[in-house]
Amino acid sequence: MLFLCCALAAFLAFVVLVLIAKEVFEGAQPAFAKFGFSFITHQEWAPPLEKFGGRGLIFGTLITSAMALLIGAPVAISIGIFLALLAPVSVRNVISPLVEMLAAVPSVILGFWGLLVLGPFLVSTVEPFLHDTFGFIPLFGAPQTTGASIFSAGLILTIMVIPIIASVTRDLFMAVPRELQDGAAALGSTRWEVIRGVVLPTTLSGMTAACLLGLGRALGEAIAVSQVIGGGTESHLSLFKTGGTMASIIALQFPSAVSALHTASLYYLAGLLLVIGVASNLLASWVGMRFGAAGGAMR
Amino acid sequence: MSLFRRKVEQEFDPTQPLVATGNLGRRHAVSRVAQGVAVVAALAAVAVLVIVIWAVVSHGAKAINWTFITSGYPTGIGPYLVGTAEIVAIATLMAMPIGVLIALFLSEYAGRRWARPVQLVLDVMNGLPSIIIALFLYILIVAATKQQSGFAAAIALAIIEVPLIARGTQEVLNLVPGAQREAADALGVARWRSILTIILPAASGGIVTATLLSVARAAGETAPMLLLNSLAKGDAVQFNPFHEIPNVPVRIFQLSEEANPEGFTEAWGLSLILIAIILALGLGSRFLLNRSKRKLAR
Repeated sequence: MLFLCCALAAFLAFVVLVLIAKEVFEGAQPAFAKFGFSFITHQEWAPPLEKFGGRGLIFGTLITSAMALLIGAPVAISIGIFLALLAPVSVRNVISPLVEMLAAVPSVILGFWGLLVLGPFLVSTVEPFLHDTFGFIPLFGAPQTTGASIFSAGLILTIMVIPIIASVTRDLFMAVPRELQDGAAALGSTRWEVIRGVVLPTTLSGMTAACLLGLGRALGEAIAVSQVIGGGTESHLSLFKTGGTMASIIALQFPSAVSALHTASLYYLAGLLLVIGVASNLLASWVGMRFGAAGGAMR
Repeated sequence: MSLFRRKVEQEFDPTQPLVATGNLGRRHAVSRVAQGVAVVAALAAVAVLVIVIWAVVSHGAKAINWTFITSGYPTGIGPYLVGTAEIVAIATLMAMPIGVLIALFLSEYAGRRWARPVQLVLDVMNGLPSIIIALFLYILIVAATKQQSGFAAAIALAIIEVPLIARGTQEVLNLVPGAQREAADALGVARWRSILTIILPAASGGIVTATLLSVARAAGETAPMLLLNSLAKGDAVQFNPFHEIPNVPVRIFQLSEEANPEGFTEAWGLSLILIAIILALGLGSRFLLNRSKRKLAR
């Protein structure tokens, strides 16, 4: 009897997952029938004209997530190294919960802070500096007057991704067998050489999985991004202009969609997001399984 | 590893006293720099947390007073707080049994063959963007009934909470000593009875912890609220879950979209209360987890 209940609960989770995919793809059906796959490459997003193309939004999603991972992953892995291998236990017991607290800050509050505090700061100091120094790279175009930009969205996502990757990599590094590290140290390695030569190679797959986990989070974050990115839909290279991501445009435009096709196009975006998100998740767990649970430490 | 190779290539003269090779200073310097980078990274994360919380506290404290907390729109936020509590409570009531049952299935019943796909389903569910869950329930409930409702939002939150509760419960179930299960088996106790009377009570601390953590996560979840439950005005407490229920995250979101300084103050105040509740839940659950782990380890 209890077994039946448990099995039913597990089955229910599976059914919900399948239903989610089914409903989202069904919702996207009108847009898919009209645009087909050219939706992905088409640029213009103009709800009043019934013209919908996702390229700008897909591009915005990729650039913000890439920024979050490029900045966030090295920082987060450094934090993991510090917490697992360098910090004394008393320090670790203070910093670990603080890092986890950062993950607990709701996205709407982080976005609100990004809008009122981070955005203006970036516009007044960081963006002019980057533009003046690296202005020849198209990424660092002229700063806009409002605080909303792809750049601040990327930074907010970085803040959200760091604690996720940091806590996973911390657990990975703590699982690396002590004997391996001691062996390397006995051969005369410095602390960094132990980390570089033993800890990082044995946990490579685990770190990859952690980054994919963070990537999934960054791709799907809707609220905080929609608060700070400004709601544009065109694709351009400048980080300092407004932009949009797939998830953020759903949050911004869904409640006030102007037509059935508009709604369907938003579902199309959600379908794309679902495919990418599930793929990165499956890839993460495949990498984890294929190369061993503790990052292949005992391979 | 190239460092070791380079050392071997040098001529080794056993009659010479052991001295540091030429690049030892450089290697130590590199090591110190790397350790420094790790420390700075950790400090940076803590600094960001402090900066965000300081902004919320310093702006939010100005907004908070007794009328602000107890009265409704437009002077206060009482109905939003009550509404969020209602929705999260309904969601947790749905999610907790399902999450615990799934965890039991994984740790007590499923062999390797069944545990893997179920675990995979949980992982995918956990990684699902909340906005997609919201869109799913929009078609299923809001579009079908032509009525936004707190209940629809509660189901969305439940879908978010289930994998969290299941994962946390499973971790603590794995800590329950196998000897207890075997002892019960040896006495001829039926499986379901040993689970209900021995294993679940031993794991109860962990289950409460996981539930509290998932509540903390659900309370701040905005995307499902925005799509499923965002039209309530917030001038009165709404107890019917089949209507729109005013709630904190949507209010913060709406205020942040309007360029109105007074609204910003109210949003800071709401943020402060929400963040205080969430951090208190997080700390409380951590305390409980440590206690129950100690109990199990004994």
